Amino acid sequence: MMVPMLGWLAMLAIGGGLVMGFGIAPREVTQGSVQRIMYVHVPFAWVAYLAFAVVFVASIAYLWRRSAAADRVAHASAEAGVVFTGLAIATGSIWGKPTWGTWWTWDARLTSVALLFVLYLGYLMLRGMIEDRERGARYAAVLGIIAALDIPLVHFSVFWWRTLHQPPSIRPGSAAMPGVILAALLVNVVAFTLLYAYFVAKRSRVLRLAEEMPA
Amino acid sequence: MTYARHAWIILWKDIATERRRKETLNALLFFSVLLLFVFEFTLGGDRDRLTAALPGLLWLGFILAGLLALGRSFLIERENDCWEGLLLGPGDKSAIYVGKLAGNLLVMAAVEVVVLALFGVFFNVDVWSALPGLVLVGVLGTIGLAAMGTTFAAMTAQVRARELLFPVLLLPLQVPLLLGCVKATEAVLNGEGLGSVLHWVQLLAAADLIYVVVGVLTFEFILEA
Repeated sequence: MMVPMLGWLAMLAIGGGLVMGFGIAPREVTQGSVQRIMYVHVPFAWVAYLAFAVVFVASIAYLWRRSAAADRVAHASAEAGVVFTGLAIATGSIWGKPTWGTWWTWDARLTSVALLFVLYLGYLMLRGMIEDRERGARYAAVLGIIAALDIPLVHFSVFWWRTLHQPPSIRPGSAAMPGVILAALLVNVVAFTLLYAYFVAKRSRVLRLAEEMPA
Repeated sequence: MTYARHAWIILWKDIATERRRKETLNALLFFSVLLLFVFEFTLGGDRDRLTAALPGLLWLGFILAGLLALGRSFLIERENDCWEGLLLGPGDKSAIYVGKLAGNLLVMAAVEVVVLALFGVFFNVDVWSALPGLVLVGVLGTIGLAAMGTTFAAMTAQVRARELLFPVLLLPLQVPLLLGCVKATEAVLNGEGLGSVLHWVQLLAAADLIYVVVGVLTFEFILEA
């Protein structure tokens, strides 16, 4: 009951976000309509970090309480997180080509997000490779904790690695945003957060059904 | 006291086994010599290019040797039901982790000393004058690498595609460490001293602390039946 409602709510919010981003928000002066990709790019990146934070909390909860539900949430959230990280990288690339003139640059922020992507791909691989369900859940929980603690280290190291040697790239959106643009962005952030919650709820349910299914 | 004793027993057992089998260390040292050939053949034509890439190559060598060495650290326990023996042992399970970590540090240190000496001889690097800094960076980097390597080795010991999964898990996690080590080594080899890369040294120390503490705290969950 709750889950389908969450889905409809997410769809409604995404519709509203699209209207806000493409219709109501003004064209950016220097970049033109290309800049509108921000309305999905930023929410994707936000949801990715949120998802990995949820993996961290759910992993601790699993090791502490041994509740299978926490394990399923961690699993589902990691999958959603990897998908949204991939989307953030893809939309960033599409945005970067016309504005920076390149699909990819080893900029600090790009690199750290790319590292998160491979880190959690490894997490999903570990889950896929262990047959014993309980053991897999335990190992994945340990890795979920380690990976989350690694995120600040990745952040600092990659930041120093890049920005001590070359000036930071000009970031669109680093300038103060007019109210309409900010509002449109916030609506989209909320919309994609709802979508993420829907994904996790749905996927957790599928995982539970798969567990209950007689082998 | 008993905790340290448990760790020591594990370490002593591994040293004794290795002393009699002479398997891992010999192959590893041979592997590091081979790495030198690879570096020379791929980059050596141009001396300047090789010199510029040296800090990276050095740590590439350490990491590759580490991947081989660390990944094997729990394999020996799979034979003759040793795994069950470890589980049945009394006391805190994380003592096993500490013992294994100490063993891995010894193996890595041996390999690193040899690789460093070979670099000095064959690539004409002035290792001596930079030695104190190199040792500090080496120790910091190796602790972090071995700490997570030991955790993942225990995790992947029972997995089918172990030799694939181990590097796939370890490498992305170790990027901060690798960056810090390469940058600090670069500074030391250029004679700049560690003062100019203090933030990297601090990052390495922080990473070591996090990795070792997490490794100790999570090990009992890995070793459950």
